Amino acid sequence: MVNRLAAELAARGVEQTILRTIKIRTWKKSMHKLLSDKIGHQIMLLGNEAIARGAIEAGVAFATTYPGTPSSELSLNLFQISQESDLYFEYSTNEKVAMEVAAAAANSGLRTMCIMKHVGLNVAADPLMTLAYIGVNAGMVILTADDPAMFSSQNEQDNRYYAKLAGLPMLEPSSVSEAKEMTIAAFELSEALQEPVILRTTTRINHSSAFVKTGKILERKTKGRFTKAPMSYVTVPAVSRKLHVKLLANLKKAAELSEISTHNFITEKGSNCNSGSHSINVKSSGENAKTAKIDNSFTNKECRKFGIICNGVSYPYAADAIKDLGIEESTKILRIGFSNPMPGNLIKSFVKECEKVLVIEEGEPFMEEAVKAFAQEAGVVIPIKGKNSEEVAPPCVSSSSEQTEGCLLPAEQEPLFSRLYEFDPAMVRQKIAAFFGIDYTPVKSVDTKGIPDIPQRPPNLCSGCSHRATFYEIKKAAEGMDVIYPSDIGCYTLGFLPPLSTGDFVLCMGASVSSACGFSKATDQKVVSFIGDSTFFHSGITGLVNAVFNNHNFTLVILDNGITAMTGHQPNPGVDMTSMNLEGYKQISIENLVKSLGVEHITVIKPFKVRKSIEAIKEALAFKGVSVIISQEPCALFAKSIKILKPRPFHVTAKCVDHRDCINQIACPSFYIDNGRVKIDADTCVGCAVCAQICPDNAIMPLKK
Amino acid sequence: MDTKRLIIVAVGGQGNLLASKVLGEAALLSGVPVHMSEIHGMAQRGGVVESAIVFGDAKSTIISDGEADILVGFEPAETLRAINRCNANTKVITSLSPVPPFTAAIGIGVYPQIDNIVSLIRERTPSLVAFDALKLAKEAGSPMTLNIVLVGALIQSKEIPLTRENVEEAIRLRTKASFIDMNMNALKLGFEAAEACCTWRQRQ
Repeated sequence: MVNRLAAELAARGVEQTILRTIKIRTWKKSMHKLLSDKIGHQIMLLGNEAIARGAIEAGVAFATTYPGTPSSELSLNLFQISQESDLYFEYSTNEKVAMEVAAAAANSGLRTMCIMKHVGLNVAADPLMTLAYIGVNAGMVILTADDPAMFSSQNEQDNRYYAKLAGLPMLEPSSVSEAKEMTIAAFELSEALQEPVILRTTTRINHSSAFVKTGKILERKTKGRFTKAPMSYVTVPAVSRKLHVKLLANLKKAAELSEISTHNFITEKGSNCNSGSHSINVKSSGENAKTAKIDNSFTNKECRKFGIICNGVSYPYAADAIKDLGIEESTKILRIGFSNPMPGNLIKSFVKECEKVLVIEEGEPFMEEAVKAFAQEAGVVIPIKGKNSEEVAPPCVSSSSEQTEGCLLPAEQEPLFSRLYEFDPAMVRQKIAAFFGIDYTPVKSVDTKGIPDIPQRPPNLCSGCSHRATFYEIKKAAEGMDVIYPSDIGCYTLGFLPPLSTGDFVLCMGASVSSACGFSKATDQKVVSFIGDSTFFHSGITGLVNAVFNNHNFTLVILDNGITAMTGHQPNPGVDMTSMNLEGYKQISIENLVKSLGVEHITVIKPFKVRKSIEAIKEALAFKGVSVIISQEPCALFAKSIKILKPRPFHVTAKCVDHRDCINQIACPSFYIDNGRVKIDADTCVGCAVCAQICPDNAIMPLKK
Repeated sequence: MDTKRLIIVAVGGQGNLLASKVLGEAALLSGVPVHMSEIHGMAQRGGVVESAIVFGDAKSTIISDGEADILVGFEPAETLRAINRCNANTKVITSLSPVPPFTAAIGIGVYPQIDNIVSLIRERTPSLVAFDALKLAKEAGSPMTLNIVLVGALIQSKEIPLTRENVEEAIRLRTKASFIDMNMNALKLGFEAAEACCTWRQRQ
């Protein structure tokens, strides 16, 4: 439970990519594997790598991002590639900045990609909405990586609605290899429509691996030219009124393209009674899609099939399920890959050939609502179901004895899909069987009764993590005070767990600062909020300006570990890039920045000096007004990986009388108990010496080699 | 082609992802379609890393509870934790060398006895192969080769459609040059351990 909770709150996740930090690439003399010019070569790629390869094959020349799981490896690969090619790549300050930088490049004629996680698009929503009005004059692809089930995010919002909201075309792959092909198609579609295209993935696409066939790499056009046209680019009301008309015209064109897109295809084995000339984009068992004429008549009732409409990862689950259930002959699947605008005519002709239709989509009923509306327009009255309705409508009471087909059953009887979390193959198989009335006995999992509780492996701040020291010191300095601790998104979110318990309110990137403003005005409690260096640059600065201007009263602790740690050690504006052997960057001093904002009480602490830090923190907490504490110490994991930290482990000496303050108050994962005695694991201890400073008996000493 | 569903569970740092890469590469060499997925959210912070590898014609990249044909656990408590991924016919292969979680190390929760773990698993999935893979990895030359020791045991089980030759070739392609001999040795030791384990069971 704690594990799950922590994972949920620890948004933006940690990746294995740490193992291949940026520096490692610069040592390698061999070419990046995604730059290989071999055509038709099969390489095992992660979904994110496949998308990166697709972008490279499409000749992407300009890419921007703010890192966030599950999209981070995509950016990392493009960053690495940019170091050995003429691709321009940047880690932007936040997603809004990334989108605006990309918008300019795409309107200067460069193929451009802008990459973020789903909640990142909330930050970038402002430029997104109006960029749709302006459009682009070279291909621009916006990658949004959604995270159903919240493996490493604070919510599981369904970003398909952004495409609808902005009026932009959207593509959604169902497999790793398709992710590569769709990325290329997205650039082409963007240029055909002169609009940015949203490429939407989910975690299971980003983090699946499969063999992908390499294609030809288009030459990159790396220098563009901006042609002035104020009546197209300056969105004053008079211009925007015209641009909105243009956007709607583009959306209509997009709808026409969606109708004939090979990304929307039907798979079926065998045909309907009258030799199947009804649908377009029919994809029979793996063949390429072929187009046939639309037949507007209904299929004979006895010839109609079971229909499934699905997208993304639901497609492989559904395709496997109908095979496993032995209903391939009697079922047809419409896979929607070009999902905004939806292909209305294709859907209408599909539902006409079906006895009943099940819409399978993770998240919200995005397709289901559209399919029902199209069916209504076509006058098709068949059951079309997708999501359980318990959240949206009460069960209906039928007045007549005849049960109407569309009538909702009580929630507990409905064999339908949830809007919550992610799907899996067995769940989809079982729901399909129940909906179409197919006999099916699920495989039984082994009985887990009688298995004792196995201790959890909750994610934990690392051995030697400076955040642990800072949290401990803040708690000590604030002893006896009634404190609210708003926190933010990063490794330090994990401080909410006991025994540190320094996270009371976590909302979104940057909210630690602004929510502190609210808490300090709305209550008489002391407010101490936490934010990391990268998150401070991302969206903490505006909150701090607000705090100074409105004369709020709280202490902001900026946990400056010199890297964007949580997502796998990406750069941010405060990072010394020369430590990664990278030239051509500047470094922004958080201290000078905070000073220039007019903060009157600024303290810089070195958190591994415990007593000194506590004294300094006490002073900052006593200040009336906005005080800022900058806690500076490199991320231990990163410092180890770039070899600026050489671990010097400590051990517990015979002086220990078992107070266990070390375990009970800081809970560093290097501690363990052996035969009732506290010990330190010399393999993981980095020698931060925080425990040695708090031990009442001075029993923790450096280990002599 | 029959679908075979393999789940590998491990603790961050045990080399689960490399083992998956080797098996994926071997599948390509064997002409077997393969789809894989991984959840490695908190690997660097001591969390559990799980890979799902689906061999054969299926399109899905994840494996539902109860539907694993084979479960390979790099750590005994993690194998037991993942037992809900198995049905009574699932083949389970596990290392017996524990990596106690921090919570158990500081006395929050109790790490189960190894003998108890083995009997709890065997009661549910009778075809269990359990041995100390860490010991063999050290014998092969490095504790880092624990992953390849278990790949050796997996190949011996003949549960997945890959040949030993193709796995060896994949190791040559996918692992560090300086590690190849050590890994080959580890593969052999794991293979033999699983063999010995099976003979032992037949004798019982």
